[in-house]
Amino acid sequence: MSRQTGHSDTTWQRIAIALPYLWLLIFFLAPFAIILKISFADPVIAMPPFTPTFGDDGALQITLDNYAFLFTDKLYAVTYLKSVLMAASATALCLLLGFPIAYGIARAEPETRNILLLLIVLPFWISFLLRVYAWMGLLNNYGVINNLLMWAGVTDQPLAMMYTDFAIYIGLVYSYLPFMILPLYATLERMDLDLVEAAQDLGATSTVAFWNITWPLARPGVIAGCLLVFIPATGEYVIPYLLGGPESLLIGRVLFDEFFTNRDWPLASAVAIVLIFLVVIPIVLLQRNQARATENAA
Amino acid sequence: MTARSSNSAFIEVRKLSKHFGDFVAVDAVSLKIERGELFSILGGSGCGKTTLLRMLAGFETPTSGQVFLDGVDITNQPPYERPVNMMFQSYAVFPHMTVEQNVAYGLKKERLPKEETASRVREMLSLVKLDDFGARKPNQLSGGQRQRVALARALVKKPKVLLLDEPLAALDKKLREHTQFELMNIQDELGITFVVVTHDQEEAMILSNRIAVMEKGRFEQIGTPKEVYEFPRNRFVADFIGTINTFDGVVQNSGDGIVTVASDECGQSLRALCDKPPKNGSDVCIAVRPEKIFISQYKPDNHEDACLEGVVEDLGYFGNLSLYRIRLATGKVVQVSSQNRRRSIERSFDWDDNVYISWRPRSALVLEP
Repeated sequence: MSRQTGHSDTTWQRIAIALPYLWLLIFFLAPFAIILKISFADPVIAMPPFTPTFGDDGALQITLDNYAFLFTDKLYAVTYLKSVLMAASATALCLLLGFPIAYGIARAEPETRNILLLLIVLPFWISFLLRVYAWMGLLNNYGVINNLLMWAGVTDQPLAMMYTDFAIYIGLVYSYLPFMILPLYATLERMDLDLVEAAQDLGATSTVAFWNITWPLARPGVIAGCLLVFIPATGEYVIPYLLGGPESLLIGRVLFDEFFTNRDWPLASAVAIVLIFLVVIPIVLLQRNQARATENAA
Repeated sequence: MTARSSNSAFIEVRKLSKHFGDFVAVDAVSLKIERGELFSILGGSGCGKTTLLRMLAGFETPTSGQVFLDGVDITNQPPYERPVNMMFQSYAVFPHMTVEQNVAYGLKKERLPKEETASRVREMLSLVKLDDFGARKPNQLSGGQRQRVALARALVKKPKVLLLDEPLAALDKKLREHTQFELMNIQDELGITFVVVTHDQEEAMILSNRIAVMEKGRFEQIGTPKEVYEFPRNRFVADFIGTINTFDGVVQNSGDGIVTVASDECGQSLRALCDKPPKNGSDVCIAVRPEKIFISQYKPDNHEDACLEGVVEDLGYFGNLSLYRIRLATGKVVQVSSQNRRRSIERSFDWDDNVYISWRPRSALVLEP
């Protein structure tokens, strides 16, 4: 009897575990395999616009031309580098802004805490696209901010904010800040305040106690928040497209142009594959670092 | 230098208050603690005992009043400058450091040489019997071991005072008893002044040289465990520490240190010894602890003693002692405890038995109603 239930329990457990894997397989791994396949093809003017993997005679038709092209044209390397650097700086800015906010919320009274959290999540109720458009209205040469500055006499002519890297940073930090705050809040809220007081009791000033106790214990939240910001920011398309200028060419834009303007699917796929690896490598490194930390803790 | 302690008290708290908005957590309390004393602050939750302790540690700034330690005014010293360490109720052992790193933390902040730090940490770990646990992380320790880490971490700094917040609250009964005596031994060995905050009267009684009973931000009584138990200053203290039976009444006669009180609650007059007898006709209350009352089947012939007749309403068998609830003819219920001296399977008294309860006048207390 008990064996019977035990058996069905494990069956259900297996199904429960299998479902998310199935989801990932269908909606992540399969598209990835298709993109990978296309990246080894030649572009043709046809539908679909790339050569099949196997020719009419059944022979394998793959080429590394697309990848080779990525490495010969300096434009791609520069764009990748710029995208990664911009995403990293935006992540650092989010951390710098997000940590004090998350800390403040975690230490607020329980009733105020929920309201503050709601305020962090509130922007999600409005479409992401609309919110980025709103920034256009704010940053424009004759937008709200410039009008205000000129009215106050701070400047005679409008500051060029729109269509600059500055505008992209504003857009990135604004859009991704909640993704930094929420995981940080989750770790900071769980932290026992006695620990900080204990450090102070043992001779640490508030600053020292922060770096000795709060910061190391907040690390899982810091890592999660940084990944949640860095990964989407690297491939971000909408924000640079709407707020950035022609000189701020980022990899998301290149990807879009190759797919839809040039209709060079194989090259676009190769760009995407390289991007995935650029983003995956730091995650793997961080995870290994994390695993080592837990190993030391155990 | 007006800010010096007036006499030799090691810790002196002078009219210390702490207000949180309109709420008065600690209300102008004064206190003197001697060097090497094991002093307990005892009270229910919300009585202000933890706030007082946190002011001694430096985590709360007093609204008014002063704290002196060894003659120095430390009222406005931040916690990291005070020669005082605290053992937290939650232990607050740093989870990301090993046992050794935890204990060494305070010495590192003092920038002590490495060798001295290492030897003092080793010494302290052996004092709390954790010699072989130095490399472990806190999540690999039991609750009792984590507490010993917290204790070692606080003691390694050689503080002038160790503050302990509910040190035994989280331990199970057997471990509590063991830890109680261990704490006392360590205190004896190091001679450090301990200030313990607790809501557990038993803990306070066993551990301390002196107890301060606190209620609503004030001290109700400060004294040795015996004084507080046997000579409670008022009804609150008598009630809070242990169990006590009280009979309200009016003073009929007082003289020669003996007070006679007419009590409607027990239907007769009761006599009690009292140094400062209240005036005739004043309302008082006679209080007797359950273990000071004898219970017998026949009426005792000693006429000096107070003697009441009643019926066993309820009884509880605790192995070493039995508790009885005796209902008097007036309806008043009196608690009596008696040692089970004889080994027997029979009950000495049963439900609904008619019994006599008696006590000596010197066992009874006269308290304000």
